[in-house]
Amino acid sequence: MLSYILKRLLLGLLTIWFIATATFFMMHAVPGDPLSGEKAMSEVIRANLMQQYGLDKPLLTQYLIYMSNMLKGDFGISFSEENRSVNDIIREHFPVSAALGLVSLAFATMGGVLFGSFTALCRNRWPDTLIMFLVILAISVPSFVIAAFSQLGILNLNSWAGTTILPVAGLNSWHSMLIPGLVLGLSTMAYMTRLMRSSMLEVAYTDYIRSAKAKGLSPARIFFKHQLRNAILPIITVLGPAIAIITTGGFVVESVFAIPGLGRYFVQAVAQLDYTVIMGTTVFFGSFLVMMVILVDVLYGLVDPRIRVGKA
Amino acid sequence: MIHHPKSSTDHEWNVAIESWEPSNSHLDNEKLNRPSLSYWQDAWFRLQKNRRALSSLYIILVLLIFTLLGPFVWHQDPYLQDLDMISRGPMFGTSALIVEDPGGWQPPRAQLQDNQSLTTPLGATETLSLPQTANTQYVRLQWESVPTADAYLIYRNNHAPADQYDLGLPLSRITDPTVVGFQDRLQIQPQTYWYTVIAQRNEVESSQLRTIRVEPVRAITLNEAKLRGYEVALDEEIKLPAHPFGTDYLGRDVLARIMNGAQISMFIGVIAPLLFVLIGTLYGGIAGFLGGNIDSVMMRIADFIIALPFLLFMILFRIAFGIGPGESGILPILFALVILRWPDTARLVRGQILQIREEPYVQAARLLGAKNYYIILRHLLPNTLGAILVTLTFAIPMAIFTEAFLSFIGMGVAPGVPSWGSMSNEGIKTMLSSPHELFVPAIFISLTVLAFNMLGDGLRDSLDSRMRSRE
Repeated sequence: MLSYILKRLLLGLLTIWFIATATFFMMHAVPGDPLSGEKAMSEVIRANLMQQYGLDKPLLTQYLIYMSNMLKGDFGISFSEENRSVNDIIREHFPVSAALGLVSLAFATMGGVLFGSFTALCRNRWPDTLIMFLVILAISVPSFVIAAFSQLGILNLNSWAGTTILPVAGLNSWHSMLIPGLVLGLSTMAYMTRLMRSSMLEVAYTDYIRSAKAKGLSPARIFFKHQLRNAILPIITVLGPAIAIITTGGFVVESVFAIPGLGRYFVQAVAQLDYTVIMGTTVFFGSFLVMMVILVDVLYGLVDPRIRVGKA
Repeated sequence: MIHHPKSSTDHEWNVAIESWEPSNSHLDNEKLNRPSLSYWQDAWFRLQKNRRALSSLYIILVLLIFTLLGPFVWHQDPYLQDLDMISRGPMFGTSALIVEDPGGWQPPRAQLQDNQSLTTPLGATETLSLPQTANTQYVRLQWESVPTADAYLIYRNNHAPADQYDLGLPLSRITDPTVVGFQDRLQIQPQTYWYTVIAQRNEVESSQLRTIRVEPVRAITLNEAKLRGYEVALDEEIKLPAHPFGTDYLGRDVLARIMNGAQISMFIGVIAPLLFVLIGTLYGGIAGFLGGNIDSVMMRIADFIIALPFLLFMILFRIAFGIGPGESGILPILFALVILRWPDTARLVRGQILQIREEPYVQAARLLGAKNYYIILRHLLPNTLGAILVTLTFAIPMAIFTEAFLSFIGMGVAPGVPSWGSMSNEGIKTMLSSPHELFVPAIFISLTVLAFNMLGDGLRDSLDSRMRSRE
């Protein structure tokens, strides 16, 4: 078990190194640099600035400098934001993205397990048909449309109630996270509902459920103790990729609801070719995702003793 | 068949022994009376029974025909702007009046009467009339001059004014008291308006006002009609082109733009998944078939690729293609999708191949001396094809979504070029005032994605043999 975790961590580090390297060289292959902005500057100033930031050195030297700085945990200074280091930007904006991701993940998982097992219980009856139709609708409608309509819904709700029940946009309190989190998690919830439903149906035909029925256990006990616990395993498997989708897919929701998360910063930085911010956020997101996937895999082994983790 | 021993019993049967015949029924016992179906025949048979999957197949076919043949039937230019037709809802066969160009209009003037006392309260104008038919190009008002007034205020409202504080939009303040007419050209729609004229003296408004109810008719100017190639004269009526889905914020025909945009969405949505599923299949197939160290190295590379940030690489490809901001970038989206999205398929195919490789029938074939290519073509490929097909049908909506999302955030097609995503993006700004601009492209995206998702579900149900045994 320990050697498995170590091996996974090592491969994870290798992945992060690969992401950092590929991004670094791809980014520098793009014509232009962060100093070629709209403001005109004289050649001398430009050369001085290039020297200051080390942009005049050979690419390989720049790469080595960057890598050694990164190993020390220093992502450098933003080119386009005044007086802000990338570490500051991540420290300030990642918690917002993470909180949003957590809320939507909670919505997605709870909703997925709840609706999935409910639809499996009343298979082929109208609640099943209705929920599965809504699920497929949630997968098929673009998130920006859902986001816009939910904003409109909040607006109408607020004007009907006469007070601000839920804020339409912005980040003021934890209330602000509810609707964006729901919108962000909706497609994952739909996916998990489908997964949970088919998993529940699959488990329902297994021998141990039949034995449990045969020995006269109460339906509730069979459902909670046997069926649900076994059927929930695939949900844990997709948790890793789900975290990835939710944290990186947050850009639309963050921009529609005006939430100052890291996703918005990343897109801004890409548009402005802000080298350090791009590198920092990419490496940070990449490492975060790699770690999450490893964590989920290890957790999976702990939850389900049948899976022999050593033989991955 | 049970053989009864012939016994010498007490009474004889009057049956001739010749009428007995050996039964042949046992020969039919093991005969299969159902025609044998191949895997694909069976899958197709099952798919046809799945009504949802079949109807989504039809929806996809209709959408494809709509996309490919639509522009041959519907001739309107998706780029033609018509500023008289901004953000109109669906309309069919409307006609318009040809009117003169409102540019050279001179307001009517009246003689001022000098011998009026400034102490008398300022009244309202005696009459307020329309010298010409009101139309959507211009509404011309004319009124009787009010004695001692030194200015006039003109208001327009979309409901009958309740009092003098409910006059609606202030259009103008005419400070020349000899001018007794006004021409309104401000975005007039074919609906009912109430125009109000109030006289003013020393910047104090009269307490009395005069309101007129006006119903402008749809019209276009003679010059505009000539520009669009109509051979008409003044005061004639022409049929305007129909807009079944209405027009957008620049007066462009939404149906034509939907058809044009569908080509972009469908191009990305079909070509990109085809390519990356193919690459992923080859890669995963090779990795799974070879196995061992090669397999682990290949799959590790796939893991690296899948961790790369999609948005960043999409933009890098954009710039690598020499596409600046604000220009159309369909190829970079295609490249980014193909280069970054194949590892999913590769993983899936590899898993399948690894599993099938160990199946008894493959080992039997190997034992019988089958060559590698035979095993690949005959056993591995057909048995993974179902899963690949399902992946493909789920990859298509993903690609359509990606294009829509990128165009939505302005990294897809250039502004003005129609794509379903960019149209939704433009429509979302006027969601409340003209909802069709958002609804139409959004419905098309949703319908396409819905159809492909349901088809994928149906395919999985009909191709997956494990699901089959359950029902």
